[in-house]
Amino acid sequence: MTEPAVADSRGDRPAGERVPAIEAVDVSRTYQLDGVSVEALRGVSLTVQPGDYVALVGPSGSGKSTLMHLLGGLDRPTGGRLVIGGRDVNALAPPEMATLRNETIGFVFQAFHLLPRTSAVENVALPLVYRGVSARQRRERAAAMLGRVGLGHRLDHRPNQMSGGEQQRVAIARALVTEPTVLLADEPTGNLDSVTGAALLELLEQLNAESGVALVMVTHDQEVAARAHRRITMRDGVVVADSAASAHPPSAGTADLPAHDRPPSVDHGRPATLVSAPSAEPRSASGSGPGHPSGGSGGAAGATGRLPHDVERPGGTP
Amino acid sequence: MRVAEAWRVALDALRANRLRSALTMLGVIIGVASVVLLVAIGTGTKQKVEQQVEGLGSNLLLVVPGRIEVGNAPVVSPLTLKDVDAVTRVVGDPDRVAVTVASGATARAGARSDFTTVQGVLETTPAVFTRSLARGRYLTGTDVDTSRRVAVLGDSVARALFPDRDPLGQQVALAGVRFRVIGVFAPLGQSLGVDRDDEVHVPVTAAQRLWGTQRVDGIAVKAPDRERIDELGERIVAELNRRHPDTEFSAVTQQQILGVLGDILGVLTGVLAAIAGISLLVGGVGVSNIMLVSVRERTREIGLRKAVGARPRDIGVQFLLEAVLLTTIGGLTGMALGVGTALLVDALSPIPAAITWWSLALAFGVSAVVGIVFGVVPAQRAGRLDPVVALRTE
Repeated sequence: MTEPAVADSRGDRPAGERVPAIEAVDVSRTYQLDGVSVEALRGVSLTVQPGDYVALVGPSGSGKSTLMHLLGGLDRPTGGRLVIGGRDVNALAPPEMATLRNETIGFVFQAFHLLPRTSAVENVALPLVYRGVSARQRRERAAAMLGRVGLGHRLDHRPNQMSGGEQQRVAIARALVTEPTVLLADEPTGNLDSVTGAALLELLEQLNAESGVALVMVTHDQEVAARAHRRITMRDGVVVADSAASAHPPSAGTADLPAHDRPPSVDHGRPATLVSAPSAEPRSASGSGPGHPSGGSGGAAGATGRLPHDVERPGGTP
Repeated sequence: MRVAEAWRVALDALRANRLRSALTMLGVIIGVASVVLLVAIGTGTKQKVEQQVEGLGSNLLLVVPGRIEVGNAPVVSPLTLKDVDAVTRVVGDPDRVAVTVASGATARAGARSDFTTVQGVLETTPAVFTRSLARGRYLTGTDVDTSRRVAVLGDSVARALFPDRDPLGQQVALAGVRFRVIGVFAPLGQSLGVDRDDEVHVPVTAAQRLWGTQRVDGIAVKAPDRERIDELGERIVAELNRRHPDTEFSAVTQQQILGVLGDILGVLTGVLAAIAGISLLVGGVGVSNIMLVSVRERTREIGLRKAVGARPRDIGVQFLLEAVLLTTIGGLTGMALGVGTALLVDALSPIPAAITWWSLALAFGVSAVVGIVFGVVPAQRAGRLDPVVALRTE
């Protein structure tokens, strides 16, 4: 296998031409458990732009994990359209999905998921193995990446010789060694103490700012969530709130983003409802309309299924 | 690159579970070792029998009454020395014709006695069959013509009757009649469990007189060349059929005897190998079982590898390699064990064992195939694991 072409959704284009890293349109996911259908996701629409910093919050069972798996290409939707790195996952066979994950997505898990009996540098190099990179280059790139996460001095240490924080740094290096478009972190600080967790979070934010990798993070921690530039809240399989924090500098005006500034209701012909309009129907579509004051890349993301009372920061203005 | 990684991972997995890997291999080791050992014994036996049949002499044609087939009762021979003369005329060279009339008899010398086979023969016997003497001389034409009571002893008879003195010139009583020992054969050893040195040769005329008979049991002819041996056999049989229209005669060559013996021993070897093969199969089931355990144990690892871009095939190849490594390492160990045991058996026991390259190649090939066959199902299962489910496994 040869070195794949860099995903065409990289954020190195002019802002106005940016292609979303991930685009989900009315995505649903239904599981069959003992013959009973369980709707884990019920029509989620959202867009992740290159460089985004998103916190995905919601109670247990709200569908966060399912959404994460879908956004990461580990799973495929049972309904709707999901485009990762410009490729519609419903059109991809499992091997192509694997390649897509390898090229586009980096994962960081709560439980680290490092290979035991395997050195840090080899753990980090693992994704490059499946990309067909030569052993020497793998080691070079993995070592460089470990340097960036502050573990340049621990290349040949094994996971059981490292602290939790160090292990998670190795995992972050592994996620980023392929230079993905999106870094998906599932409770990355969940197994760490608060000091270590805070340092790790800073590292993630720094990498997000430096490399332009979109950071999508599932978290229970309100403080962590508050630091994200955008916050997506889920409940009962739908997105109930999607807001961009004001702290995030607008990378482009909404007017420059014709592909994303339309409310999702236009996209799938649903009747548009104002954010404030009360509705007992959880699926009622809504979103940030044209000229919405939120701005920023976060404003480019449309979310359907928003429940008015769950919108924590309407308009994204504090 | 991916295959190199698969090798590395497979080896690492085997190393991480040394005891389990060794126990799993044990099944394959025992299977391969028994195949190699049993095939070696079968082959060794076959080779030894062939050597002995060929050691009888080259281009030998055995003429006997009746039909040589398994299960046929021996026929009482109607042949006499007149028939031998007729056969000699067909052959055209008296030195190439040997006869035998044999019977069991007690040989006695002083207080010692030994039950042995007494063969009445012509002086041509050492030339037709390859026999050599350790001491003394063999029978002469005069001995035969004059029915002289002289005897040549087989090695074990000589040792039984004369353990502490030179048998030459001594008297032995055969069936109560005294013969003078003129020679002792060089030892031949055993053949298929029969002591070939347990015999006494006397002139055929003397033997016939001893038993009061005119008959000759069989005629052996040393053909001048291999090409015309069958044709010569047919001419001899035709001549004997003309003289004895009521009796069937057969002329068999060493090649025919070897063919029959080879077939029997080949079937025997095959049966032994097949039985050993079953244990190899059982070993394969063990490999399959352990591979399923290994897949289950490493579900999280599989999930992670998939998450970072391993395709189902990459995972499948990794586990298949692990299974094949288990069986081939086991196979090589089993081969070494089998060869070692076979060499020991050959050296320390009367059972002959011969290692053949094809049995080693076969054993190794089969163990690799066993790995593939029994590794496919676990490998497929690993390859198809849902990464979401795999990652969630604790």
